[in-house]
This record gives sequence, structure tokens and C-alpha cells, in this order.
Amino acid sequence: MTTEELRAVTVAKSVDARGTACPGPLLEAKKAIGTIDTDDVMEILSADEGTKSDIPKWCKKQGHEYLGAVEENGYFKVYMKKK
Amino acid sequence: MEALQQELEKLKARTSDIEEARKDQLSIAIVSGDMDKILAAMIISLAAAAMDSEVKLFFSFWALSALRDPKKKAKGKDFISKMFGWMLPKGRNKLKLSNMNMCGMGPVMIKRLMKKQNVMSLDAMFQEAAALGIEITVCEMSMNLMGFKKEEIIDYPHLRYAGATTFVADAGESSMQWFI
Repeated sequence: MTTEELRAVTVAKSVDARGTACPGPLLEAKKAIGTIDTDDVMEILSADEGTKSDIPKWCKKQGHEYLGAVEENGYFKVYMKKK
Repeated sequence: MEALQQELEKLKARTSDIEEARKDQLSIAIVSGDMDKILAAMIISLAAAAMDSEVKLFFSFWALSALRDPKKKAKGKDFISKMFGWMLPKGRNKLKLSNMNMCGMGPVMIKRLMKKQNVMSLDAMFQEAAALGIEITVCEMSMNLMGFKKEEIIDYPHLRYAGATTFVADAGESSMQWFI
């Protein structure tokens, strides 16, 4: 998905993991995934560059759909859809 | 035709054996008691647990220092056990660095940097590990060898005492087996 498309996505849950470094964002995402429904989109906010490559791998293993990442001012928004 | 059928059944049984033999599991034998190595082991374990892999940690030899509870005291130790207890770090917050320890200045600096960079402390990591169900097995033989007693080991929900055989058995069924 393009940056514009990602920004327009309706997000069911936003996880702010900017206050924690690796593997914090992944742990936060794991905790939050149980609170949303299938086909809901979750965004993970992270200041850790590694999150951009970690979340796609996590999604692939868990069978979720990785949508993409958007760079904001000093952090990233990573989007994924629960499957 | 029947022979072929039998052969097929045999093959099926063997492939399912192979599939079951290697679980989505990480087993690490942690022997080092250095702060950096314990940190690495915990970070990787947490990442694996977040990926829903089973994680089983086997703590032995110098790594036992990381499992000592500084608030607990054990009675009835002999002289050598007392010496070991006195010389080795009292718990995960007193561990040394394998490099650049600089008489304790290194660990202080690293801890300060970790805080600044929002890296979880070892305390927080053990808490997360407990919540994620990461299993810790303490090497019984190392405990005896170094004179540690169960009364001075941390309270951790998934902790057990066992021998090397347990690690070998756990590692044997794991898809990832490491040594730190």
C-alpha cells in the first residue's frame, strides 16, 4: 500500500510503543493483537528502526497481513491486519 | 499393491515423527554470567516468545549468579560455598560486563545508556519473561558445585531444577538450540 493509502486506513487499535526499544514494540504488539477482531487494522508506533523489519516477519509467522510502514517525524507507523 | 500401501503407511509415520520431533521451540543453554550475555539471551528469548515460540532456558555455571535474589540468604553453607557466594555477583543487577567492565564503571554506563535508549532493564525483562511463560531450568549440579541453595534463588513462576539430560531432551525437540 502507498503512504497515502496507509494514512487513510481506519485503525481499530493504535499501539504506542515509542517509549520502548527492541523487543518492546513486538511485545506490545503481541499484547494488543488479542484485543482486536479479525480483519481489523492495528498500527504500531515505534521509534525503533528494527520494528519496520520485525513486524513483517512476525505477521508472516502468525499469518497476519502486513500492510506497510509510514515514516513520521522521528518515528514509524507500522500497519498490519489481523487474520 | 498391498506392499506399496504398507510402504506408504511406513513413510507417513516417519514424516509425522520428523514433524513432531522439531517443535517451534527455542532452547538456550546459558553458561555465561556476564551482563551482556544474559541481556542477549533475555532479549532473544522475549522476541521468540513474542513470535509465539516456546522458550526454555537452561541456566548453569556462571549464569546462576543472574538468578540469585540479593534479598534472600541461605543458611548452613560450608566455607567454600560461602566464598563462592561472596565472590560472585549477587543477582542480575550486579553482573559484570564481559568487556569494558572497568571495575564496575562499564555496567553503570551501560545501564544508564539502556535507560536513555528505552531498553528494558533486566528486571523488566524477567517480568515480561514470566508473563510470556518462558521456562527457566536451573542446573542442579551447578547449584551443588558452586554451593548455591534453592532458598537464595529468585521467585519466578516457571522455574524448575533439573539436570543436563533435561536440557538435552528439551533441545532435542526444539527447532532452535543455542549456547550462550
